[in-house]
Amino acid sequence: MSAPAQRALIVGASAGIGRALASELARRGYALVLAARDHGELQRLASDLALRHGVSAEVVAFDVGDIAAHARWLEACGDLDVIALCHGAMADQLAAQRDFSEVRRMIELNYAACVSLLELAAPRFVARGRGVLCAVSSVAGDRGRQSNYLYGSTKAALSAYLQGLRNRLAPSGVHVLTVKPGFVDTGMTWGLVNAGSPLVASPERVARDIARALERRVDVLYTPFYWRFILLILRAIPERVFKRLKT
Amino acid sequence: MRSVAAAVSGWGRFPVEPAQLHRPERWSELAEIVRSAESARGVISRGLGRAYGDAASNKNGAVLLHTRFDRLLAFDAASGALEAEAGISLAELLRVFVPRGFFLPVTPGTKFVTLGGAIAADVHGKNHHRDGSLFSALESLRLLTAAGEILDCSRAENREAFLATVGGMGLTGIILSARLRLRPIESAYLRVDQERTRDLDETLERFASGDDAMQFSSAWIDCLATGRSLGRCVLFRGNWLARAELPAKLRGAPLRVHRQRLPSVPIDFPNFTLNRLSMGAFNVAYYAAHPTRLGFAQHYDSHFYPLDVAHGWNRIWGPRGFVQYQLVVPLESGREALVRVLECCAASGLGSFLTVLKKFGAGNEAILSFPRPGYTLTLDFAQCGERLVALARALDRIVLAHGGRVYLAKDALLDRETFAAMYPEAARFRALKAQLDPEQRFSSSLARRVGLADAR
Repeated sequence: MSAPAQRALIVGASAGIGRALASELARRGYALVLAARDHGELQRLASDLALRHGVSAEVVAFDVGDIAAHARWLEACGDLDVIALCHGAMADQLAAQRDFSEVRRMIELNYAACVSLLELAAPRFVARGRGVLCAVSSVAGDRGRQSNYLYGSTKAALSAYLQGLRNRLAPSGVHVLTVKPGFVDTGMTWGLVNAGSPLVASPERVARDIARALERRVDVLYTPFYWRFILLILRAIPERVFKRLKT
Repeated sequence: MRSVAAAVSGWGRFPVEPAQLHRPERWSELAEIVRSAESARGVISRGLGRAYGDAASNKNGAVLLHTRFDRLLAFDAASGALEAEAGISLAELLRVFVPRGFFLPVTPGTKFVTLGGAIAADVHGKNHHRDGSLFSALESLRLLTAAGEILDCSRAENREAFLATVGGMGLTGIILSARLRLRPIESAYLRVDQERTRDLDETLERFASGDDAMQFSSAWIDCLATGRSLGRCVLFRGNWLARAELPAKLRGAPLRVHRQRLPSVPIDFPNFTLNRLSMGAFNVAYYAAHPTRLGFAQHYDSHFYPLDVAHGWNRIWGPRGFVQYQLVVPLESGREALVRVLECCAASGLGSFLTVLKKFGAGNEAILSFPRPGYTLTLDFAQCGERLVALARALDRIVLAHGGRVYLAKDALLDRETFAAMYPEAARFRALKAQLDPEQRFSSSLARRVGLADAR
């Protein structure tokens, strides 16, 4: 007899990394709860996962930006072994410099919504003494650059939050995984980076890395792996030099 | 939604035209793009870009990359009925369903096309003489119209829209999903007869006498052979093998799926690689290398998709690009038309590299569907400017004089008058398009060139 399937909640499952992670976890036999705003997209994804991998996927239309609804909604999701927050927003840097509402939206989705959900989930996970909490941050949070710092700073805040949460939950057996993707070929980056470039990874590749990291309880995942070294070099540049660079 | 300016071309890499690319991920984004496609040039949906000419190009207009919509929506293993999103590739369908004992009801000569593209071109395969084109296996489709509505279309419901959309080159709306019936197979292998013929008469005689017993039939034709050898061929015909009929060494994995990782052609070959001499040598060598051989087992990948062995094989033609020309001529005058076409090609001095001949079965009711009873010949030529245009016009005249037509999915050169003469039903198509899409939000370079949409 095999153990009952692990149950994973994926927020932001309708596209990009979230959708690819849903497929990857389904392939590995997880039972899934898929959440995003667009119910139709989720249903089509759930049909696909059922037909390809024979897993059942529950579908929940949910606006992660509606923070007041988080507690009630998380309660309704039932017991979970994994929560993966894959939603996110990236406004155009120049547009965001001109319009603070764009910045606020990124803060709310990329940071505040993650904190709210994970703070609600943490005690439930601690009570069960197991499970993995995971959120997709970004290499853009590792160093502020003029071309993308309004987005990057929301991800830096998220990374710092996850670091602290990991520290807090370590004794309880609950694990926290920070995912820092580089360029990924999703709707968020399409048209900004050349999808054919060797530096741009497919969402499927990133999803495989995340699934493996979930199972191996990795703390901080750079995906693809070489971004760890790229960021190591970027971070090593002294600020008085870096501030003059066109980055 | 973000869009990107890019140079777009079909598989023949001619013509190359500027367009604004979109790559939506949600049905709601598709609707948004259609809503905003009020520019003079409208929008065309594009799958894997395997139409050879400009069917999925839209000069100075919008091109919508549809490949993210690749989900399976429903499958009934008892009947083989499958519903899937239009952006899924045939290769992916095979990867999922061959191990479950199902194959595509109709497949073109490459598996790297999307389901939506295959429907828009109403593709045919080596089984056309028996099973018809994709239309025959298609039960229904969902169409996103210019008005932003989702229209369920089938032979019973919204019938006219169904008949216009299958073979309609993407000009009636965006195909969101489709329902078709897969064919059960016991193995992934066929029993194939490879037969060499001496000339065109023997080839056509073999089609007439042997095709009925074979589900799949097509012939490679040596288009550079002249005189008494004109029309000499190697016929490839086969039937699916039942599990019990498999050779012992294949029985361990009867439903083996095709290779997943393929090499790529890494560079553009120089333009001169394929010239009259090298093509002549290739054709002679190919004929010599394929003696008559009966009853051998062949995997579906080698049988149906010989050119899929490497990604980017179109690069062997060099940066100039190439043009395919596929025609069909009726049976009655077919022999004479084929002789004239082959002679015309020989006289032009422009060799065709890979030439394929097949006998079609009955046509269908889809308004712009290409196949009809007769012989279909596929030629390919290097893009060489005026000489090629002159040859294509000469071929057009022969085809038209014999009551034939050319295939829009391959075409890059047809003009408006010739198209109208070859496809008299186009008037009915335009009338339907005017109802479905009064503002002409769906348009393409091909549509404007042949007069299926207005050049504004």
